[in-house]
Amino acid sequence: MSADVMPITENKNTKKAKAVDTPWKTAFRRFTRNKLAVIGFIMIVFMFILCFLGPVFSPHNLFDYSLKNKNLAPNSMYWLGTDKLGRDILLRMMLAGRISLLVGFVATFIAVMIGATLGALAGFYGKIIDTIIMRVADIFMALPLLPILIILGAVLSDLKVDPSSRIYYLMVIIGVLNWTTLARLVRGQILTLREQEFMQATEALGLKDGRKIFKHLLPNTIPVIIVTATLSVAGAILTESALSFLGVGVVPPTPSWGNMISAANNLIDFRKRPWLWIPPGMCILITSVAINLIGDGLRDALDPKTKK
Amino acid sequence: MKQYIIRRLLQMIPTLIGISIIIFAISAMVPGDYITARANPNMSIEKQEQLRAIYGLDKPDYQRYFIWAGNMLKGNFGDSMQHKQPVTTVINTYVWNSFIMGIFALFFSWFIAMITGIFSAKFQYSFFDKVVTLLVFICMSLPSFFIGLLLIKFLALDLKLFPVGGMSTSGLNATGWTYFTDVLKHSFLPIMVLTMLSTGSLTRYFRTSMLEVIRQDYIRTARAKGLKERTVIFKHAFRNAMIPAITLLGFELPGLFGGAMILEQIFAWPGIGHIYLNSISMRDYPFMLGFTIFLAMLTLVGNLLADVLYGIADPRIRLK
Repeated sequence: MSADVMPITENKNTKKAKAVDTPWKTAFRRFTRNKLAVIGFIMIVFMFILCFLGPVFSPHNLFDYSLKNKNLAPNSMYWLGTDKLGRDILLRMMLAGRISLLVGFVATFIAVMIGATLGALAGFYGKIIDTIIMRVADIFMALPLLPILIILGAVLSDLKVDPSSRIYYLMVIIGVLNWTTLARLVRGQILTLREQEFMQATEALGLKDGRKIFKHLLPNTIPVIIVTATLSVAGAILTESALSFLGVGVVPPTPSWGNMISAANNLIDFRKRPWLWIPPGMCILITSVAINLIGDGLRDALDPKTKK
Repeated sequence: MKQYIIRRLLQMIPTLIGISIIIFAISAMVPGDYITARANPNMSIEKQEQLRAIYGLDKPDYQRYFIWAGNMLKGNFGDSMQHKQPVTTVINTYVWNSFIMGIFALFFSWFIAMITGIFSAKFQYSFFDKVVTLLVFICMSLPSFFIGLLLIKFLALDLKLFPVGGMSTSGLNATGWTYFTDVLKHSFLPIMVLTMLSTGSLTRYFRTSMLEVIRQDYIRTARAKGLKERTVIFKHAFRNAMIPAITLLGFELPGLFGGAMILEQIFAWPGIGHIYLNSISMRDYPFMLGFTIFLAMLTLVGNLLADVLYGIADPRIRLK
C-alpha cells in the first residue's frame, strides 16, 4: 500500500512551504482568474449597490407627484428624466431593481429547495419513490412554462390579490415551476455518490436516512447546485420582467423593471420618451448578462471535469 | 427501435393525463368566464345563465374535466368561443404564420451557430473566440421583449427601415412577388430577434462539442496523414461534433409550432402565440386549454424525436 503512504510524506514536506489548498480556495482562485466572470461579478455588485443603497442618496421621493415636472427629458436635476406623474425615473428604476432582484433570487431559492430535496429523495430511495418523483418532474417539464405563468398571473389579477403581496405569490409560482432541472441533476449525482465507500461508512455508523441525505450526500452536490442556481437566477429575472411587461407579473404601484418597460405600450411614450423604458431594460440586460457570466465562471471553477 | 418508440409513446399517456389535470385545474381557478369577460351590461342574468348552459359552463369542475378530456380523446378539442370555430381549425389557421417565423429563425440560428462555433473552437482563446464568447452571453441573456422594442423604435420608427409590425401592409391586396417582398420586410425584425435569442446557447453548444472532437486521436491521425486543415475540420471533426447537436433538433419542435408569444405580441405578428395571449385575456377556455395541451404534446413528441434522432445518428447508442 505504498500509494497510501506517498501523499502523507509528500504532504509533510510541502506543509512548511504553503498550506494545503482546500477545494474552495482552488475554486476561488480559478474563478478570479476568469476575467469575464470577475467582470460579471463587479457588474452584479454594482447593480446591488445601485438598487439597495442608491435610493438613500436620491434627493427625490416616489410620492413627489408634480404635474409641473411631468415627462421631463433627462437633465441635471432628474438624471433619467421623469414619468407622467413627475416622478424621478432613476429613483423608480432603483426601487424597481430591488423588487426584480428580490423576486429573481427568492424564486430561485424556492426552486433550489424543492429541486434539491426531491432530487435527493429520488436518488437516495430509488424504486417507487424515484419513479413517482421523476414522473412528476416529467409532467412539469412538459408544461409550457410561459403560458402557464401567464394564466396564473391572470388568476392572481382576477382573485384581486393585493399588489403589494403579489410579488410573494409570484416568487412562489416561478419557484415551484422551475424545480425540475435541478432535481434531475441532483438525482443523477446522488445515484453515483450513493454507491461510494463513505456511504458504506455512514451505514456502518448506523446513521439515520435524514442525516445521510442532508449531511453526507447533499453537501457533495453543492457545486452543481450553486452553478444551476446562479444560472436560473437570470432566468427567473427574465421571466419576472416578461410577465410584468405583459401586466400579469408585478403590477403598479409596485415598480419592477418589467412593468416600467410597459410604458412602451403607449405609442407616444414609446417614440418620444425613450428614457421611460430604455433604462430599466438596460438594467435587466446588464443583470442577466452579469449573472450568466458569473454562473459560467462558477461552472469552470467548481466543476473541473467540465473544464475545456 | 420500433419497440422503444412504442414504449415511449405509451409512457406519454400518464404524463399527458397529469398535464391535462394540472392545466385544467389552473384554468378552473380563474374566477369569471367567457361570459363575464365579455362584460356586456345589457345582457340579463337569465340570458347569461342560458349561454353558460349552452357552453356547458354551468356544470361542476370535475364533470367539465371529464367531458373535456373525453372529447379530446376523440380528437375534438372543442370550439373556440372567441373565434366561433373548432379549436383545431383556429390552430391550423394561425400556426403556419408562427411556423414561417420559426423555421427561418431555426435555419439562420443553426447556420450562424455552426460557423461561429467551429471557428471559435478552431481558434480557441483567440480574440475572435473571446468576442464570440461575450456575444454568446449577451444573446443568452436578452430579454426578448426589450430587444424587440428597441429594434422597432430605432430601426422601424426612427430610421423607417422596416415596417413597425404586422405580417403585411394592411389594405395591400397584392399577390405573388409584391406580397412576398412585403411579408419579407415585415418578418425581418421578428426573425432577427428570434434568431438572436437562440443563437447564443447553440453557438456554445457547437463550440464545446467541436472542442471535444478536436482533441481526439483520429483528428491527429487525419492531420498526420497530411490532409488539408479544411478537410480535417469540416469533414472529420465537424461531422462528429454534429452528432450530439442532432438531439437539439428534436427540442426545437415546440418552438417551431408553438409560436414566440411575446415577440408575436410586440411585432403584432398574426401567429398562434399572439392569438393565445388574446385568448387568455378573453377567458376563451376551450382554446386556452386546447392549445396548452397541444404545446405539451409537442414538447413530449420533441423529446422522443430527440432521443430517436440520437440513436439514428450515432449507431454506438442503443435505445432500449
